[in-house]
Amino acid sequence: MSASVSNPSFHSDSSALALRRTIVSTAGWIACGIGLVLIIFPLLDIVGVVAFNGIAAINWDLFTKNTGGAGLGMANAIEGTFIITIFAMLIAVPVGVGAGIYLSEYGKNKTGSIIRFLSDVLTGTPSIVLGYFSYIVFIISFGWGFSLAAAAITIAILIVPYLARITELALQQVPNTMREAAFALGGTDATVVFKVILPAASSGVITGALLALAISVGETAPLIYTAGWSDYTWSGRFTHSPVAYLTYVIWTFIDQPDPHSHALAYAAAFLVMLVVLAINIGVRMTVKRGVK
Amino acid sequence: MKIRPFRLTVLGLSLLIPAALVAVVLFLVGYSGQAIAFNGFHFLTDVTWNLGDLYDDPVTVRGIQVPSGAEYGILVFIVGTLASSAIAILIAVPLSVGTAIFLAEAVPELERSARRSLPWLPPIRPALAMLVELVAVVPSVVFGLWGIVVLVPFLGHHISPTGNGYGLLAASIVLALMITPIIASTLYDALCQVPKENRESAFALGSTHFEVVTKAMMPMVRATLIGGIVLALGRALGETMAVLMVSGGGINILPTSLFSPISTIASFIVSQLDSAESDPTNMSVRALSQIALVLFIITLAVNAGAKLLSSGALNVRKRQ
Repeated sequence: MSASVSNPSFHSDSSALALRRTIVSTAGWIACGIGLVLIIFPLLDIVGVVAFNGIAAINWDLFTKNTGGAGLGMANAIEGTFIITIFAMLIAVPVGVGAGIYLSEYGKNKTGSIIRFLSDVLTGTPSIVLGYFSYIVFIISFGWGFSLAAAAITIAILIVPYLARITELALQQVPNTMREAAFALGGTDATVVFKVILPAASSGVITGALLALAISVGETAPLIYTAGWSDYTWSGRFTHSPVAYLTYVIWTFIDQPDPHSHALAYAAAFLVMLVVLAINIGVRMTVKRGVK
Repeated sequence: MKIRPFRLTVLGLSLLIPAALVAVVLFLVGYSGQAIAFNGFHFLTDVTWNLGDLYDDPVTVRGIQVPSGAEYGILVFIVGTLASSAIAILIAVPLSVGTAIFLAEAVPELERSARRSLPWLPPIRPALAMLVELVAVVPSVVFGLWGIVVLVPFLGHHISPTGNGYGLLAASIVLALMITPIIASTLYDALCQVPKENRESAFALGSTHFEVVTKAMMPMVRATLIGGIVLALGRALGETMAVLMVSGGGINILPTSLFSPISTIASFIVSQLDSAESDPTNMSVRALSQIALVLFIITLAVNAGAKLLSSGALNVRKRQ
C-alpha cells in the first residue's frame, strides 16, 4: 500500500480495489443470508405441510376409534405413545436425575469423568442400535415378545443420558454458598439435595424432563424392534402384547395408496409435531439460553 | 471411612449408564459371535445380502447352522452410509457456515438499522436462532414424511434424469437438513465468543465487516467448526427413519449415481425386521446384530474424534 501513495494512479487503483472489496463483501453477505434462508425455509415448509394437511384430517373419530376394524381413527396409537412415554419417564427420571445429582454434587473425580464420558458415548449411539440391542435382550433372550416393557425400557435408556447431563448442568447453577449454609445447619446429604439444591434448580430439571419427553414422543427407530404394532388399544399387559404408537402411523400409512391412510399419517405427524415443537419453543422462550 | 447411603444410592443410579453401555456392547458382540465366525472378513467386503432358502432344510457350515445358500455381505450398506453422510456434510457445511455468520454478524447490524426507523421492533436474532435450533428437534420420521410428499416429487420432476426422486441425493439432502443446525449452532456460539479485541483490531486495520469475519474471526473458531462437523457426521451416520423413507432401499448393488437407490446400515436394519423373524436358524438375526455392531463401532470412532477435536478447541469456546 505504501508504494501506491506516490503512484499517480493511486486514486483509480485504490478505488478499483475498494470496489472489488465491496463487491466481495456484499456477495459474501448475500451468500450467508441464502444459507440462513435455505435452512429456515424447509422448516417452515415442513410445519406448513404438516399443519395444513394435519388440521384438515383432525376429527373426533381419530381419538375414539382404532386403526383396526374399519380403520377410521388412531386412538390405539395415541394411547400407545402416551403410555410408552409415561412408563419410559417413570424409569428414566429417577435414574437420570439421580445420576445428575451424583455427577454434580460428588462427581468431581475420576469416576465422575468416566461416567460423563460413557454417558456421552451412549448419547452418540444411534437409536436403532439401542433398539436392536433391546430386541436381542428383551424380545429374544427374555422371550417378552413385542411389548410395552421392552419399548419403555429402550426409550428410557435413550433419554437417561440427556436427563443426567441437563440435571447436572442445572444443579451446577446453584451457588455453593447455599450448599455450605445447608450443611452448616446440620443437613445430611439427602436433605441438602432434596430440600435445598433440587428446589433451587427445579426449573432446569423440569426443562430436562420436558426435553426428554419430546424426544420420546418423536422416536421411531428403537420402537420398531421393541413395541411392534397393534391395531387395538393396549391390553394392559407389560409383556407379550405389542403396542401401537404415533410415529409408526406416520411411517407406514404415508406409503399406503389411499387418501384416508394419508390423512391418518398427517394427523399423527401433526400431533407429534405439536407436542415436540410446543415443548421446545416453550422451553426456549422461558429459559432464554440460560441452561445450555 | 463413613458409609454414606445417599451418595452410594446416587452413585449406583449413575453407574446404570455405563452398565447400559457395557450391556449393549456385550450383547451385540455375544449375539453376533456365530455370525462373525460364519462370515469372517467377507462380511465387510461382499456385495450380496442373501438370506438363503428359509423353507429348505438348513445346512451346517463349519459347525454353524445356516439356511442353504445364505450369504451376508454389507459392503453396499457401508458404502450407502458413508456416501450419503459425506454428501450431506458437503451440503451442510456451507449452509451452516453461512447461517452462523449471518446470525452472529449480519442480523445484529440489520436489526440496529431497522430499529432506527421502527423502534418497536421485537428482537429478531433470538427468534431466528431459535428457528435454526428447532430444525434439529423435528422428529426424523416427520422429515421422512416431508421427504416423501415434497422433496422426492420435486427431485423426480425437476432434477432426476430418470424421473424417480428416491435415492442417494434425496437421502443426503434430508440428512443435510437434519445436521445443519448442529454445525450452525456450534459455530454461532463460537463466533459470539470471539474476543472483542480481535474484531476491533481487524476493523482498525481498515477491513470491511465481511473481511473481519472471514479473515479475523473464522480462523479463531476453525477447531470448533471441525469438531461440530464431526459431531454432525456421527449423527448422520446413525440416522434411520428419514433415510429409510426416501433412500429407495437399494440392496445388493453399489450406487453408481446420485439417483441410485441406496440403503444405509441403520435403515437396512429396520427394513429387515420381518425377514429376520422368519429365519428358523436365527442366523439373519445374528448377522443383523453384527451389522449393528459395525454401526456402533463407526459412530463410536467418529464421536470420539469429535470429543478429541472439541477438547483441543477449548481455549476459544470456554464459557463459565
